[in-house]
Amino acid sequence: MFEATHLHKRFGYHVVLEDVSMSFAQGRLTGIMGPNGAGKTTCFNLLTGRYRPDRGRIRFEGRDITALPPRAIARLGISRSFQVMNLFDDYSALDNVLIATPEVRERGFSVWRRFGGSTDVLESVGLAGKAHVRAKDLSYGDRRALEIGVALAARPRLLFLDEPTAGLGTEATARIARLIAELKRSITIVLIEHDMKFLFGLADHIYVMHWGQVIAQGSPAELRANPWVQRSNLGHAVN
Amino acid sequence: MLALFALFGTLPAWIGAIGLYPYLGVEIMVWIIFGLGFNLLLGYGGLPSFGHGAFFGVGAYAFGLAQFNVHPNLWLCLGAAMLAGGVAGALVALFISHRRGIYYALLTIAFGQIFWFVAVKWHSVTRGEDGLLNIKRPPWLDDLTSLYIFCFAVFALAVVLLWRLVHSPFGRVLSAIRQNETRARFVGYNVWLYKWLAFTISALVAGLAGGLFALAQQSAYPNVMSLQQSGFVVMMTLVGGGLVSFWGPVLGAVLFFVARDLLGAYTEAWLLWYGLLFMLVVLFKPEGLAGLLRKDVRSHAPA
Repeated sequence: MFEATHLHKRFGYHVVLEDVSMSFAQGRLTGIMGPNGAGKTTCFNLLTGRYRPDRGRIRFEGRDITALPPRAIARLGISRSFQVMNLFDDYSALDNVLIATPEVRERGFSVWRRFGGSTDVLESVGLAGKAHVRAKDLSYGDRRALEIGVALAARPRLLFLDEPTAGLGTEATARIARLIAELKRSITIVLIEHDMKFLFGLADHIYVMHWGQVIAQGSPAELRANPWVQRSNLGHAVN
Repeated sequence: MLALFALFGTLPAWIGAIGLYPYLGVEIMVWIIFGLGFNLLLGYGGLPSFGHGAFFGVGAYAFGLAQFNVHPNLWLCLGAAMLAGGVAGALVALFISHRRGIYYALLTIAFGQIFWFVAVKWHSVTRGEDGLLNIKRPPWLDDLTSLYIFCFAVFALAVVLLWRLVHSPFGRVLSAIRQNETRARFVGYNVWLYKWLAFTISALVAGLAGGLFALAQQSAYPNVMSLQQSGFVVMMTLVGGGLVSFWGPVLGAVLFFVARDLLGAYTEAWLLWYGLLFMLVVLFKPEGLAGLLRKDVRSHAPA
């Protein structure tokens, strides 16, 4: 469904991604893990059009999207959430979600029609009761949920989630895990995650990144058996 | 809105009683139109244009030039003022819409100065520092009452249309872009195009205000597009509370002109006091007067 081949990216003299290839199969949840600075978020930024790779190709449903800007990629049905939250802070939770819906987007240049519409995204991320609370007044956990909600509102076929549980406690992490497990049934998901238990419980396939490269990949079971992974700290976290 | 229309609709009847004069009402309405158009950029788009006087001036000159060189028809001249403001804005916006923040502000100042310079130096067209004098009003607008009524009608129409605009999907998306440009891009919006359109519309409205100004003042001169003029509209908008309310520029413009006339009667330095007020607002109450009047300050997010 989605395939990136031989991606390279440098910032100045600093090589951040080197020969990274990944593919995400329809209906599956793919995880990306690795230590801080491994290039996970940069990878997302290339795959969703924020930066262009220096070399390499990105294809989505057979179409080359390497050079497309973020808005064009979004319109193809690819959506993402951010590690550092990116919400419309002055808008209510409902408006945050509505602004991301294709319906509002299509009439964005309209002056005579009303802004509005309906969506069930808030219910699915557990914010139905807080529809009219401003994003900046929501609790941290609710903001995390809304961050996913905005990405979902675009009704993507492929969803990139960048550390959706960053900074959350056990309770709130469990809530996000339930949400992602639910979403997994209908959407293809790519997930960056630090929490190994969390990721190994959800993912069908995992890429392990380090120093800007993919150093291992496979199903959770394969990775557990992988001697390299076992030798590293990752093994401890998993077993 | 009804209160505003009631206030300005009846203004000629009572303004004499408080020691002021109806023409002041015309001036204020012209500046409110200018300010509301400006606030589409600053308050809703979060785009600081500090050279917006240029488009007001372009409108004023276009009104005069159309009257002298094309046809003295009032509608045609006002249309020319809007068109000239809009086209000038569209061109400038081509060069700045990929920027934001301080770079955006600096570019708008630079472009504003270019327009001012052209007005001063292109003598054969703009008559240099003297500007265009003897712009005529049509006979049916020659007395102050009909001029007032005409300006009020245009004013009312402009206010309603701008109100509609900021509450339309376009206005809401623009405001979303102010809050988070990156996210807007990633949910599929063409951010550049929205910013370009906002600037163009804002400049078009400034052109309309400039055209009305030329009609009322019967002249157009370089000073109307000076940096100072651009500064006034910023001050009015911020003092009034344009960042949190559609009506901010209205409060700001009223306060500005009333201060000019009432304080100005006592001291030449009235602008110093207004300037001090501006500083106090920026330092202590960035939400402006509209923010003071409202307990629950919400930034452009009416439910």
